[in-house]
Amino acid sequence: MSPLPTFSTMAPEAGLKKALSLSRPDIIEEVKNSGLKGRGGAGFPTGMKWNFAAAARAEEKFIICNADEGEPGTFKDRVILQEHADLVFEGMTIAGKAVGATQGILFLRGEYTYLRPHLEAVLAKRREQKFLGKQILGSDLEFDIRIFMGAGAYICGEETALIEALEGFRGEPRNRPPFPVNTGFLGRPSVVNNVETLASAACILQKGADWWKAMGTEKSSGFKIFSISGDCQKPGVYEFPMGITVAQLLKEVAGEGAKAVQVGGASGQCIPASQFERTIAFEDIPTGGSIIVFGQQRDMLDVLHNFLDFFVDESCGQCTPCRRGNVKLLEGVELLKEGQCSMAYLKELCALGETMQIASKCGLGQSSPSAFLSVVHNFRAEIMGRTPSHV
Amino acid sequence: MLMTDRERLAGEIQALAEKHGKGRTALIPMVQEIKRKYQKIDSFAMQVIADQLGIHPVEVYSVVSFYAFLGSEAHGKYIIRLCRTISCDMQGKEGVMRQLENDLGITFGKTTVDGKFSLEWANCMGMCDQGPAMLVNEKLYTRVTPEKIHEILEECRRSFGVHATEQKEVHLV
Ligand SMILES: Cc1cc2nc3c(=O)[nH]c(=O)nc-3n(C[C@H](O)[C@H](O)[C@H](O)COP(=O)(O)O)c2cc1C
Ligand code: SF4
Ligand code: FES
Repeated sequence: MSPLPTFSTMAPEAGLKKALSLSRPDIIEEVKNSGLKGRGGAGFPTGMKWNFAAAARAEEKFIICNADEGEPGTFKDRVILQEHADLVFEGMTIAGKAVGATQGILFLRGEYTYLRPHLEAVLAKRREQKFLGKQILGSDLEFDIRIFMGAGAYICGEETALIEALEGFRGEPRNRPPFPVNTGFLGRPSVVNNVETLASAACILQKGADWWKAMGTEKSSGFKIFSISGDCQKPGVYEFPMGITVAQLLKEVAGEGAKAVQVGGASGQCIPASQFERTIAFEDIPTGGSIIVFGQQRDMLDVLHNFLDFFVDESCGQCTPCRRGNVKLLEGVELLKEGQCSMAYLKELCALGETMQIASKCGLGQSSPSAFLSVVHNFRAEIMGRTPSHV
Repeated sequence: MLMTDRERLAGEIQALAEKHGKGRTALIPMVQEIKRKYQKIDSFAMQVIADQLGIHPVEVYSVVSFYAFLGSEAHGKYIIRLCRTISCDMQGKEGVMRQLENDLGITFGKTTVDGKFSLEWANCMGMCDQGPAMLVNEKLYTRVTPEKIHEILEECRRSFGVHATEQKEVHLV
């Protein structure tokens, strides 16, 4: 069985045909009504984003599909691109009509270079079939898509850093506002959406907002694609309705008995077993889809060490709270491992983490302390007063 | 570098600039293609790219040094990138690392003296359910175990000559 049952049952191009029969405001209205929120992590309402870009006046606008997928534990965008690239491109084309853009760019991470031949072939076929190009399916819609390869930087998943890379600069996030919907690629209004968001939008055009709203919760409508790895019997890609509890999810992947679950990747939260009845939804535990299961044998300090190594490596270095803060937290974890961290210093580190959440320029520095803070909060007995391993 | 080599490289860079549209947006795609063919971007290449795009060479260096896949240092024909992020870590990347270092006689961050292999760490590469994951240039290997390393390296050695010439033709303008 496909890990993506709903995407697999979509009628080819039905969403695009529907969009061609609707006016631009009606397309946006449908997406707005569905309540679809961005699948890249931040959860911004997609209809609203499209509406801002549609309202912006400019000669040129862009639809950018964010396939940078770098969050540790995330791989669902890769599977969506391998199995349902057409649906993603269909979603981009629909977005193009909705906002009045004629150009689309797929920003594909460098690590996924092996997907490129397949994606280029799908694009070529779509041009042949008149799903892309001038006069799409005989209408007056014009839209085409090209692929831009990333060059190995997690930060380029952040939408303004991504745009910097497209423009030929270092991937250093910009101040927001202005937002890309007004001042994006080359200063033009640009919609940046996640791979899954665009595929989901194509489904919504085909099946209607009510169909989507019937799934999930009131505030988090629809289904979500999850990437599940770590200590469970059946890791992989799964489709679940939003609002599923951590416990239900663990049951599906045969990971019961876990010690903790990291929801949202290295930038997310570490949920201890006592909270497994909480739900995965924007109103409770939000996620871009990364779920990492930790079995009883795992040392939470090793986990933090790994995450903080990642952030120290991937911080763009532009602002001090993130550039220095992650190094300080990493050193703190090393002290804890050596059993040499006083309670007073641990409190200082937590205060530092909270400062980073407020003072960092972009989402990387704002969310990198989350795992540290949740482990200190939930696993204090485990991390304090250690005997160093080499004694 | 011989003068003729330099002239050829300059010609290739010029052709790439034509292909990618001479603007600043061409910078990363151009560097990617040069790097793929020559395994490095030296100061001469950066100067020519800068001239073609009408920017200062330090701008080129600034971009090249930012991205993990562009770096100006020379590397081997085969860059082996092993994922060190959490899920691969829990699935045993440490053993794979040791075997790679043993079989190649170099540590991570280094290139073999014959210029064939470089070992580098990578962060999560989107294969977390099938770790440990590893990229050899663009080719992906999953569920890598220490005992599979020898065969993977042999595979590279066997295709060494073929591979190098193949890339020239396929990827340059
Ligand atoms: C450090 C960082 C990394 C990010 N990486 C990604 C990513 O790999 N893919 C993605 O879709 N969004 C990523 N985002 C979120 C994007 O900035 C942006 O919110 C998203 O692409 C918008 O699309 P959506 O509304 O469809 O979710 C990242 C954000 C931050 C701060
Ligand atoms: S928070 Fe970190 S990644 Fe973001 S701009 Fe600051 S230094 Fe760069
Ligand atoms: S953690 Fe290694 S591929 Fe994701």
